[in-house]
Amino acid sequence: MAISLTVNGISHSVEAPPDMPLLWVLRDILDLKGTKFGCGVGQCGACTVHLNGAAVRSCSMPVAAVANATITTIEGLSPDATHPLQLAWQELDVPQCGYCQAGQIMSAAALLARNGKPTDADINAAMNGNLCRCATYLRIRTAIHRASAIAAGDATSTLGSSSGASGANR
Amino acid sequence: MTTTTVDRRGFLRATALTGGGLMLASYFKPAEAAALAAASGAADVFQPNAFIKIMPDGAVTILSKNPEIGQGVKTMLPMLIAEELDVEWEKVTIEQAIADQASFGQQFAGGSMATPLNYDNMRQVGAAGRQMLLAAAAKTWNVPVSELTTTPGVVHHRGSRRQLSYGELTTAAASVPAPELDKVAVKDPKEFRIVGKPIPGVDNPKIVSGKPLYGIDVTVPGMLYAVFQKCPVYGGKVASANLDRIRTMPGVKHAFVVEGGTDPAGLFPGVAIVADSWWLAESARRKLEVRWDEGETRSQSSAGFAARAKELGGGAPERVLFSEGDADGALAGAAHVVEAAYSYPFIAHAPMEPQNCTAHAKADGTVEIWAPSQTPERGRAVVAQTLSIPQSSITIHLTRIGGGFGRRLYNDFMAEAAWISKQAGAPVKLLWTREDDMGHDLYRPGGFHFLKAGVDRSGKVVAWKNHFVSFGRGFDGLAADEKDLRQLFGRFAPSSTMSPYEFPSRFVPNFSYGASLMPLGVPTGALRAPGSNAIAFVMHSFIDELAHAAGVDQVKFRLDLLGQPRMVTTPEGQPVYDAARMRGVLELVAEKSGWGRSLPKGHGLGVGFHYSHRGYFAEVVEVATNGSDEFRVEKVWVAGDIGRQIINPSNAMNQAQGAALDGISEALGQEITIDGGRAVESNFHDFPLLRLAQAPPVEVHFNVTDNPPTGLGEPALPPVVPALCNALFAATGKRVRALPLSKQGFRWTA
Repeated sequence: MAISLTVNGISHSVEAPPDMPLLWVLRDILDLKGTKFGCGVGQCGACTVHLNGAAVRSCSMPVAAVANATITTIEGLSPDATHPLQLAWQELDVPQCGYCQAGQIMSAAALLARNGKPTDADINAAMNGNLCRCATYLRIRTAIHRASAIAAGDATSTLGSSSGASGANR
Repeated sequence: MTTTTVDRRGFLRATALTGGGLMLASYFKPAEAAALAAASGAADVFQPNAFIKIMPDGAVTILSKNPEIGQGVKTMLPMLIAEELDVEWEKVTIEQAIADQASFGQQFAGGSMATPLNYDNMRQVGAAGRQMLLAAAAKTWNVPVSELTTTPGVVHHRGSRRQLSYGELTTAAASVPAPELDKVAVKDPKEFRIVGKPIPGVDNPKIVSGKPLYGIDVTVPGMLYAVFQKCPVYGGKVASANLDRIRTMPGVKHAFVVEGGTDPAGLFPGVAIVADSWWLAESARRKLEVRWDEGETRSQSSAGFAARAKELGGGAPERVLFSEGDADGALAGAAHVVEAAYSYPFIAHAPMEPQNCTAHAKADGTVEIWAPSQTPERGRAVVAQTLSIPQSSITIHLTRIGGGFGRRLYNDFMAEAAWISKQAGAPVKLLWTREDDMGHDLYRPGGFHFLKAGVDRSGKVVAWKNHFVSFGRGFDGLAADEKDLRQLFGRFAPSSTMSPYEFPSRFVPNFSYGASLMPLGVPTGALRAPGSNAIAFVMHSFIDELAHAAGVDQVKFRLDLLGQPRMVTTPEGQPVYDAARMRGVLELVAEKSGWGRSLPKGHGLGVGFHYSHRGYFAEVVEVATNGSDEFRVEKVWVAGDIGRQIINPSNAMNQAQGAALDGISEALGQEITIDGGRAVESNFHDFPLLRLAQAPPVEVHFNVTDNPPTGLGEPALPPVVPALCNALFAATGKRVRALPLSKQGFRWTA
């Protein structure tokens, strides 16, 4: 069955079984490997993409249900990895294994798109569906705040001060 | 880490490695350097060893040898080389090495061993490269090496104000004899420019932009996709399956029974389905009907283990593993005697990246593998055995790994992918579902401790007895005086052991530790901080009970138990525990957490410490409760001692914070329940991980001591579990003697 999709600004017509989740269309047909498989049941958020601007779990979304939709994946978040979240994630050295981080960033991007200056409570609510097995949550939270500041024009780098060794040695 | 799985050549090198620097000397021979240069196809490329490549334009590439599972080695190991080679970190390209022990020495991710095994050696690798560049410049200018210095990427002769970049020296350096690595001088750490600085992970740019990096991302031309259905009961065999139907399903190319063997870390029996896409293979599996021959393990269950453990715990241990003094006599005379039974459940590893492997068994008999494995050389041995081919026929590429935690110490997925590829006659990517992963782990084993201890009037612990009921085949046939720990531990199920010298052994004068073992058909293995992740909970919760019974402050009681700052040894004099280092972190965490301060109503502070993986950690947890069953964690304080050098402070902080939160995650709600010989839990809805809203601040402090630098992937985890449980007791008066908390009447509230 041919299904039309717009992914990261490019129109595709893909041949796929209608029940094939969007995740596998992205990964195995369109060769966009940034969106990750974690649980297959919408419990972990590793597969988060934007569907018409909203963060959704692509593992649980049959491709037939998203025909003609506009989809953004981590590869399309910015042309050159300069989205404020991508900058903040690198500046604060957020990842450990890194596997969940594309999904984390996509959930955070949907949050920042509708709320440019989120509170901790806003972040808790928006990020509740994204698991990090390495538990990098403290840096994820800090990086979302930092991305908010970067988007507002704050260029001060923070790695050495907030996540480095400060106050750590004696 | 054993070396029994590598080939003869690798074995010789690995053996040399245990002696120290000889490892690198052996793969730094001039002959090999010349061969590497020849292999690179360019005479003007300087490649002093397998780790370093310098191009005529000055471009520097450093290879990282170990698997990256999120512990940060792909950044940390090259930092050590770059520091001593003296190059600009920002200009270095880091590449992942393939599995090749002859060139790189041991390559594994486990036991927090990357730092202790490589801190000196990787520095010497870099220093040797710099020494050769200096020698090349000295020869070019005809001046003594002693008159030369380097700045990053440049050799200088100050006297004549001449300089040559490393790139300009590559041709001359290629003909310089390589020095013996263990004789190469390294920098005074005061001169470090890279080591000790917070350096972001080298793969971060690719991670945040979604570039392919992980095993699951591998694509090979002509590749098919596979799923593999194993018997839910461990070790069960296929009696029959509706393969004729499966073969008619859309996209399915092959469907076959795999007879397999009995090793859970190898090829277990099952049914393989190979299709044009993974989704089609998985869709076909949903129509798969298998009649299983489940075997003996079907009679085992968590409830059965608990009942049997209670029976065994009421009697004498099957074997006393260590005793000194007279525990029973001292108990009879103690002012306070406390008796308690503790237990902890089976737990899954649940790394975010489900198990996967891509393999291509080729027509010429060779096999190429792309594997997210923590132990690629063990995997090579397993694949060689499974396919009955020589290890030398196997090429293994290391991918970045979406979480290890010990799960990928075992290479079952490699054996499966290689076997399925051979049967299918095509390259195959095998991918497990989350349900496969949770149902076919090598679990952190559960365990049961029956404890009795006595405290005298002064608050001193005078007697300690522990009857540990664990799993294994039992001690029948072992000599009554067998002391060899390998012999004793060989009777336990994997990762279900406890050392005779586990704290507070050797700290209590009258001590007895015995064990009884129950048969187990469920596969078990190492989970981050193996053994320790459970034992710390038991020991420090029970110590908390003793302090409470004696009416002594928890920190003071523990300092008294640690006693004088000294190295504690086995009775034979082998050092096992540095009481001074543990006192140091305990005092530090007490200070930083404000131990003893007055707390808001319903709050409680708890403390615990643990030594594992060469690291000393003490941690304090503050909880906020409603006074009974509802709680949240307010904050965690971590104090650690991993020696004189924190190599990458950014990653160190991340690891310590993550480990503490991982421990809380385990304690809150994680259990794999065995019923009918299979796992009941199947995905994150019933095996919960901590979520962002639950993550408290974790304040980390390192006590820098003059000891060799050691690893950080694991030792920060164990103490947080008892610290949390002790905090709950302080706040609610409810003692937690079994985990997880969600099954002990506690509920997390925001």
